[in-house]
Amino acid sequence: MPAADLAEELAERVRAAHATATPLCIVAGGTKTWLGRPVQGERLDVTGHRGIVAYEPTELVLTARAGTPLAEIEAVLAERGQCLAFEPPHFASPRPGGEGSQPDAFPPPPRGERAATLGGTVACNLSGPARPYAGACRDFVLGVRIINGRGEVLRFGGEVMKNVAGYDLPRLMAGAQGTLGVLLEVSLKVLPRPPLASTLALELDAVTALARFNAWAGQPLPITAAGHDGERAYARLGGAEAAVQAARLKLGGETIDDGETFWAAVRELRHGFFRASGSLWRLSLPPAAPLAAHARQFIDWGGAQRWVYSEHPLWEQAAAAGGHASLYRSPDRERVFQPLSPAMLALHRRLKAAFDPKGILNPGRLYPEL
Amino acid sequence: MNVSATSQDVHARRAELVRGLLALLPAESVLHEPEDLRPYECDGLSAYRQLPMVVALPRTVEQVQAVMRLCHRLEVPVVARGAGTGLSGGALPRADGLLLSLARLKSILAVDPVARTARVQPGVRNLAISEAARPFGLYYAPDPSSQIACTIGGNVAENSGGVHCLKYGLTVHNVLKLEVVTMEGERLTLGADALDAPGYDLLALMTGSEGLLGVVVEVTVRLLPLPERAQVLLAAYDDVAQAGAAVGAIIAAGILPAGLEMMDNPAIRAAEDFVYAGYPVEAAAILLCELDGTNAEVSEQVMRVRELLIASGAREVRTARDEAERQLFWKGRKAAFPAVGRISPDYYCMDGTIPRRRLPEVLSRIAALSQEYGLPVANVFHAGDGNLHPLILYDANRPGELERTEELGRRILELCIEVGGTITGEHGVGVEKLAGMCAQFGAAQLAQFHAVKAAFDPAGLLNPGKAVPTLHRCAEFGAMHVHGGNLKFPELPRF
Repeated sequence: MPAADLAEELAERVRAAHATATPLCIVAGGTKTWLGRPVQGERLDVTGHRGIVAYEPTELVLTARAGTPLAEIEAVLAERGQCLAFEPPHFASPRPGGEGSQPDAFPPPPRGERAATLGGTVACNLSGPARPYAGACRDFVLGVRIINGRGEVLRFGGEVMKNVAGYDLPRLMAGAQGTLGVLLEVSLKVLPRPPLASTLALELDAVTALARFNAWAGQPLPITAAGHDGERAYARLGGAEAAVQAARLKLGGETIDDGETFWAAVRELRHGFFRASGSLWRLSLPPAAPLAAHARQFIDWGGAQRWVYSEHPLWEQAAAAGGHASLYRSPDRERVFQPLSPAMLALHRRLKAAFDPKGILNPGRLYPEL
Repeated sequence: MNVSATSQDVHARRAELVRGLLALLPAESVLHEPEDLRPYECDGLSAYRQLPMVVALPRTVEQVQAVMRLCHRLEVPVVARGAGTGLSGGALPRADGLLLSLARLKSILAVDPVARTARVQPGVRNLAISEAARPFGLYYAPDPSSQIACTIGGNVAENSGGVHCLKYGLTVHNVLKLEVVTMEGERLTLGADALDAPGYDLLALMTGSEGLLGVVVEVTVRLLPLPERAQVLLAAYDDVAQAGAAVGAIIAAGILPAGLEMMDNPAIRAAEDFVYAGYPVEAAAILLCELDGTNAEVSEQVMRVRELLIASGAREVRTARDEAERQLFWKGRKAAFPAVGRISPDYYCMDGTIPRRRLPEVLSRIAALSQEYGLPVANVFHAGDGNLHPLILYDANRPGELERTEELGRRILELCIEVGGTITGEHGVGVEKLAGMCAQFGAAQLAQFHAVKAAFDPAGLLNPGKAVPTLHRCAEFGAMHVHGGNLKFPELPRF
């Protein structure tokens, strides 16, 4: 599909929807439709609004339209030795869960296999294993162009690293899942790719691994990922060769050959752990929070992201541990994200109304009230 | 309006507010005599001064909440203040408002070396956090030049940066959780001890909101391990463009320096005369490049950067021989503002950000503007992230010179916007850059900002009149600055 600027066309659609208070369901690659509550509304497809608008490697900034495939962006960056340091999951083909997973696990996109886009990635604020060490998707967002719920095309932020003119609305868009605006264009900070990456496997139980991850993170070590799959611990080192070699000696364990395959499987939820049946929860916790008793759990993000299967709601348990839960996979899609306190929900509703007074943008995707 | 009636009205409102505050706070926490108010009349932007109606100095979060509830009920505007080091007038008081000082909320509540966090009150100084973390081999990364004095609450309000933000990010990248009090006195938690939180990213929205959305009463920051080693190189150039190109070359080589700073000749001379850092005073520009990481990594990178600097045309490249010399190289840079203050009765610090590749063009156009206005300009540049601080030298005692300085400043900021940058990289808009906001944003964008503000503060009582100009105000500015016949806000009436 060629690059095309459909901003005005899309804005016209939103203006029309605003005039008639018609709900819109914003879609692109459809790879993350399952990550949220179902949205009833007219399809607003942004897939055609695509293309890299600007990329200046020495400025460490890339700007692309929201419908641009993530894979295209990553390929262009790789040619210049750069990357999206937050390692966004694609959740595209093959599907999360992978072959052999439960048929209802992660439903395929409605129109067959399509590619993850920049817009969906930023809207969901998804980040991979490097997140605790490199930052989240939202940390790399420098500027956005959006259509708000009145159909106005607005640009906030820009293509420079430091910018405090006006409220930080670009970062607010990350994770809002389109409920505050239709993303048209995003400028991201990009980074040089570490010259070397090397993954170690260590024979440690989960409790010991968790303690070790936190201790390592307090030392000047070039760690770029740390996880435990229920059996063994894994740590990835990245950086200059000398630094990686020195750290490898310090950490111990065995270097594995297919480290990148392992981390890609973790990032895309295709690791064997994710093939089991049952309701899959993501727990975002303080990295040193003690392990709760779950039959099986997968620790990522050096302890700050934990995946567990549970048929009982984990909202309260997650909150008690200082974090929050989201229900990634379950037949019940009524409640997907951690409930908000009444005061916070009221503030969210006022903020939603500030961008989308008629509530037409992805209504109910995050919470029924938004 | 009748002037004496107005002052009587202020007098009555002050009396009512003081009475209300004394029911909530001990007498020593409420200031209302003119001589007690004087220290609060300005922040770091001292060209703007205004005595507040009353100053409150609460010691607890509960007191902050009670004060906010009172002000909300009495419809009294509230301006929050930390150490008052801000450079854009964000903490400038209002004659009809309460100045809420957070200076007494100054406890470090907890340092958690395992989770690598520090939980502190807003009045804690930036550097004090790193000092408390140091015994654990940790530190707080954002390091604005004012870090010995500025407080973390103010850092959050302004989303402060520092010389290390290319690699380690701004305040927004290093804060995990905020406790804030709304204008209605309600306490909210934004963010979490985890790496993310449910719902909208209100943590990011609050950071850099210049005290317009809420009052920060507690901050949990992320701590990083102290690097094993840091090394700094100094390169001297005969041509500013070569120094600019060197920055691009270092980044293109895949190296991410911890700090990358540039100074032009007037700034070099001023700094050298002040701190004797050993800078080459004949150079058109110097570049300071700090590399940090493990021992092995830094050794490797120092060699590569040295080669790149020589290849880019540096006439001299020095590597700090030891920690003392590293500190000395930085001392000149960190003292650049006071150094310029020594050679001129007054100076005005600008804070634009530009795409780095436009630097040579921007500097030559600033030089031309400097000529046009007859006001010298020294440039200090966070080269790694494109944040430019032109310092305009002037004498406020010469009639008309402050006004010419401000106009030159506006022209420089318009230049930053024109090349694709922004009017403020880290100092904030405050009262100072409201005109620049009108140049950078259109009516619909400003209206969106105001709608966000109203979602947090429907009564519009928190730091009103700062950071985001009203459309009315922009129409007035627009009437003063019309460029190329492009009238901004054509739909608004002119005055």
